Amino acid sequence: MTHPSKAADFVDWRRGQISREIYVSEDVYRRELETLFTRAWLFVGHESQIPNPGDFFTSRMGEESVILVRDKAGVIHVLLNSCRHRGMKVCRYESGNTSLFTCPYHSWTYTTDGRIRGIPLYKALYEGNLNRDEWSLVEVAKLHNYKGTIWATWDPDAPDFLTYLGDAKIHLDQALDCRDGRPGGSEVIGVHKWVFPANWKFAAENFLGDTYHNPSHRSVDMIGIGPSALEGVKGRRDNELEQAQHVWCSFPAGHGVHSAVQPEGYEFVDQFKNDPEIADYFRYCHEERKRRLGEDARFLPFVGTIFPNTSYHGRQPRSLCSWHPHSANETEGWRFFLVDADAPTKIKDFLRTYYMRYSGPAGMTEQDDMENWLYATKASMGTIARRHNFNYTQSMGASELNPVVNGIEVRGDVSQQVTEHMAVGFYRRWAQYLDQEPWDVLMGKGDERFTPKAAAE
Amino acid sequence: MDATVETPRILRDDAYYTLRREIEEFYYDEAECIDTRRFTEWLDMLHEDLRYFMPMRHNVKFGQHAERENTREDEGISWFNEDKWTVTKRVEQILTGVHYAEEPLSRTTHMITNVQVLQALPDAASAQEVHTSCRFHTYLNRVEYETYNFVGKRYDRLVRVDGDWKVRHRKILLDQNILQAKNLSTFF
Repeated sequence: MTHPSKAADFVDWRRGQISREIYVSEDVYRRELETLFTRAWLFVGHESQIPNPGDFFTSRMGEESVILVRDKAGVIHVLLNSCRHRGMKVCRYESGNTSLFTCPYHSWTYTTDGRIRGIPLYKALYEGNLNRDEWSLVEVAKLHNYKGTIWATWDPDAPDFLTYLGDAKIHLDQALDCRDGRPGGSEVIGVHKWVFPANWKFAAENFLGDTYHNPSHRSVDMIGIGPSALEGVKGRRDNELEQAQHVWCSFPAGHGVHSAVQPEGYEFVDQFKNDPEIADYFRYCHEERKRRLGEDARFLPFVGTIFPNTSYHGRQPRSLCSWHPHSANETEGWRFFLVDADAPTKIKDFLRTYYMRYSGPAGMTEQDDMENWLYATKASMGTIARRHNFNYTQSMGASELNPVVNGIEVRGDVSQQVTEHMAVGFYRRWAQYLDQEPWDVLMGKGDERFTPKAAAE
Repeated sequence: MDATVETPRILRDDAYYTLRREIEEFYYDEAECIDTRRFTEWLDMLHEDLRYFMPMRHNVKFGQHAERENTREDEGISWFNEDKWTVTKRVEQILTGVHYAEEPLSRTTHMITNVQVLQALPDAASAQEVHTSCRFHTYLNRVEYETYNFVGKRYDRLVRVDGDWKVRHRKILLDQNILQAKNLSTFF
């Protein structure tokens, strides 16, 4: 199999075609691990998972095991979970509280900030040869706590997280902020982890805002599993956006989202009708959010993917996902379910029950996604199949820069009809990581979509 | 150490073995219903107040298993934690014929073994409620090459309604941490 020397040759964005090689090739996969997962900002976990000094949660970045830990001084670290001596994992528990990470192999120990605490027989065997300060657990180059979500990168030259997030920020905010509009305040109530035989990019792309795949959820829409299903409402969620203008946005750093803007003076759509008390709570949250945010409250999230492999579901259900690469044709999905930390127990119980029947490998909606991703990967592996590109021409040319939608400016390369331009934008950036372009290019420099027309002329 | 384990307490007399055979038959009937895709009939074997619960299993430090190994029924996220309405929805979904994760339908074989009656109320001879323990091995093959083996422990509470046993509470302990399957599209 010969591959283009440049990944960019796989992504023919001008014609809206992308080679299947990027979903099946082991060579491409290795390049992703080396050039993309070592540089991009990755979601690691949530501070609600490690509230106290010494708390840790074992996570992943790319293929690698990392420990998200709050040290004894309360500072959050992300450390490579591999002893500096012979590589054994220093932590094989999923979460817990500790004052030391002890390697089972030769008993090197590390404190919760990653520094060496003890090396057996140090004086007799190592003194004079080993400087302890140089052999701490490997720590990420940069870490950012954004509204409780912890993000990290191995690249010291990476732009700061908020620059990286760019205009995708207010979309992600909608998933992280309280339902009543207060900033932040979410907590993780559980994490699904499962392995599925599909390339990780199928999942990431799905959440960029592939609205077109709705027919694959027909079965669940027919039977109705949403928060108002007991009242006979069909579908998999309440349609709070029935009057809204949907927007699909691509951003310079490769992120893509699907959100919506309610019209001015829109009517609140009743939701969560299974239980009047729950319905009242969410109506209250809606009113309160409107009071706090004013006109900006008309802006609502749906789904999105923060480049490269962190996706969110903004409302019904509400979660963050990491699509960890396992191999070219295998992915480990982690879904972190979110609620407002200070929501009443009854609300949390209602939401978790809904999340479980909707999401993940046991969820009635997402089982059908996994079926698609698996067989799309499988059926793209053949020699003949690989010769034929995927088509991404949907709504090509229908997007515009920073349009005003229902009176609100929506920033980014934005389409107001169902589209795949976010995926094309994602893969343009993806190719530039693989081709080891500098950070200004990875942040969109030279991308004509984000150059204001007046300036270009 | 493991909070999920209930040591059998009841006397192993003839009444016990007769009751156990009856419960085993019930489980075989359930497996037969599911494996022959008579899902609606299977629903009739579930109590109206069913709780169907499959926790996630965590890797925890020695001494913490009772407290932290399994996710909980009363809070947080599990694989399944639902009532009969939701299980019924799952059956309805399969019966739409367009639930692509089960279309075409998977081939399943549910094997149930190590059945023990842990408790019989009021007693084994006239039991109206039983608490049981068993092991399951569920084999699932779908389309061409996709094959999964789900192995674990199950703890049930069955109650007799108008003479028939119904599953009132089912706790399914799948012996996996990270789920080694793309979907849990069968019943347990």
